[in-house]
Amino acid sequence: MKIADKFEELDNKNEAALITYICAGDPDIESTKDIVYALEKGGADIIELGLPFSDPVADGPIIQAASVRAIQNGMNTDSYFRLLEDIETDIPLVCMTYYNLVYARGIKDFVSDCAKSGVSGIIIPDLPVDEAGDLIRESQKKGIANIFMVTPNTPAYRIEKVSQNTTGFIYVVPRMGVTGNKSELGNSLKKQLDGIKSDKPKAVGFGISTKEQVEEAVNDGADGVIVGSALVNIIASGDNVLEKIESLTRDLKRGCLKKGIN
Amino acid sequence: MKGYYGKYGGQFVPELLMPALEELDREYEKMRSDKKFIDELDYLLRDFGGRPTPLYHAPNLSQKYGIKIYLKREDLVHGGAHKLNNALGQALLAKHMGKKRIVAETGAGQHGTATAMAAARLGMEATVYMGAKDVERQKMNVYRMELMGTEVIPVESGSKTLKDAINEAMRDWVTNVKDTHYLIGSVVGPHPYPMIVRDFQSVIGKETRQQILEKEGDLPDSIVACAGGGSNAMGIFYPFLEDDVDLFAVEAGGKELKEGPTVAYHSASLCEGKEGVLHGAHTKVLQNKDGQILESTSISAGLDYAGVGPELAYLVNIGRLKPRYITDELAVNAFNELSRKEGIIPALESSHAVGYVIENAKSGELGDTVIINLSGRGDKDLESLIKRRDENENC
Ligand SMILES: Cc1ncc(COP(=O)(O)O)c(C=O)c1O
Repeated sequence: MKIADKFEELDNKNEAALITYICAGDPDIESTKDIVYALEKGGADIIELGLPFSDPVADGPIIQAASVRAIQNGMNTDSYFRLLEDIETDIPLVCMTYYNLVYARGIKDFVSDCAKSGVSGIIIPDLPVDEAGDLIRESQKKGIANIFMVTPNTPAYRIEKVSQNTTGFIYVVPRMGVTGNKSELGNSLKKQLDGIKSDKPKAVGFGISTKEQVEEAVNDGADGVIVGSALVNIIASGDNVLEKIESLTRDLKRGCLKKGIN
Repeated sequence: MKGYYGKYGGQFVPELLMPALEELDREYEKMRSDKKFIDELDYLLRDFGGRPTPLYHAPNLSQKYGIKIYLKREDLVHGGAHKLNNALGQALLAKHMGKKRIVAETGAGQHGTATAMAAARLGMEATVYMGAKDVERQKMNVYRMELMGTEVIPVESGSKTLKDAINEAMRDWVTNVKDTHYLIGSVVGPHPYPMIVRDFQSVIGKETRQQILEKEGDLPDSIVACAGGGSNAMGIFYPFLEDDVDLFAVEAGGKELKEGPTVAYHSASLCEGKEGVLHGAHTKVLQNKDGQILESTSISAGLDYAGVGPELAYLVNIGRLKPRYITDELAVNAFNELSRKEGIIPALESSHAVGYVIENAKSGELGDTVIINLSGRGDKDLESLIKRRDENENC
């Protein structure tokens, strides 16, 4: 399913999208499949599957540790695409990784493997839109979305550039820093979202871990929210993982239901 | 294209950093021709840093190896390495930009020390990230940094060396970019860093050019510098790029020029690296076939890095710069040789350049007159070398 179609479907139901992130292969390749199904059962609308990189500069300690576990347990680019082919789901899957892994495989081959294995979109946090020309060209050919980020310090002219080149959704980062779940949203999110003049859906991620934060973001005008570290934390704990993942997802999804009420 | 050297370079960083890089680029373009800024930096380099450094004819080495060997004495810069040239320049720039705080990474601790000096002198706050393995093998520099009021944070992730320290410094920077300048220590990272660091280090080559013309009435046949990220190399090479002078960048050959699935047993990215993107730049990178970065290996913390500056990768590709390597063992031999023959104890990093010259002086490759960039002094390495000697004696 295309990401844009998913947002349209949810919009018609007056819901915001719950986008969940996990690191593929954490703690091992087999469990990832079950975790994806638990996310789907809990009500996730889109799933980001991280392809782990040795040097994830945009990630905080939680996702760094997940990347280490996954790589140590055999996750690599080949097994990533094999895993994706194995996953049977109707909801859009998004590949999140760092640019060197894309570059090493060859941009064309990487995008084509994404298309073959059912990936709907690509996020590369260390690839700003300025350097993404080749990736955008290849992705367009294959009908894959490219998701770029807007941060609190992104000036208007760059927001425009991001908006023009983003397909799928704009990834809105509400604070400075790396991924992790120990922050408050604060009261500037609404202003930030209002400042992003774009007809593309806006999903807020980095630092969202509770239903209350989801509600807050949705009230402030987010079309979607992205939750990662809170889920990865559950996986790291190793305790009742599938059950807890499903129940947190269900809880978070409840926060997405109020869209358009205010 | 701006920020590119051929196909190398670029700005592969999170969106959060793009405005900061644009600001840095803008401010640097303004300051590089600002007379007040230039005078202030000149003054600091001279009276605080001890420049100009001598170009010294090493008579005993020259006699033994049969060619004329000059040493550019960056070991005499305040702090004991070339790193201060860049640290002072960037700290001054950051201050003019209104930044209150500096973050930096360090490998050998020399860049961290230089940053600590510059920050103390200019009244700025400084935090330095250093791989836990490097904290261990370069303890003296940790004490020095702390003494000058810099906070040193050991990095426990990954290979616990320079690459991981850069990761952590970048994470700090994205979090605090508003009032913080990332004072990167080599000609690596996203544009405009490779250009800025090269420009600030070019003072080495400018002095060298004038000095050799005064002493010899002619340019040298070759110049040899060690390369980790490549800042002392670019600094001495840059003013000679248009000349008929052979340039050699000597990388750390470590234990041997081999690679395992997650480890390279060397740090020779110019010699052995593949095309890739690391720390914001397209360059030559030690990586596995998927693009996962390998842990590098070297006896010298300052060369122990899986990447290299993009401009060096470019110069190698067009054939202007010759990449070479020297193993740990030969570097230690050179360390001992320069100490014994000339009474100068070189840094282990610089010992790689010395090692290349003494191993190849007789081959004719270096010509009759060679200049070695002696990028730093070796006091910081004594403790780990004594440990290595004791271990070797015990087995
Ligand atoms: C004395 C000395 N030489 C060389 C280096 C390597 O850095 P670069 O290649 O940037 O000159 C270092 C780095 O710490 C150093 O301390």
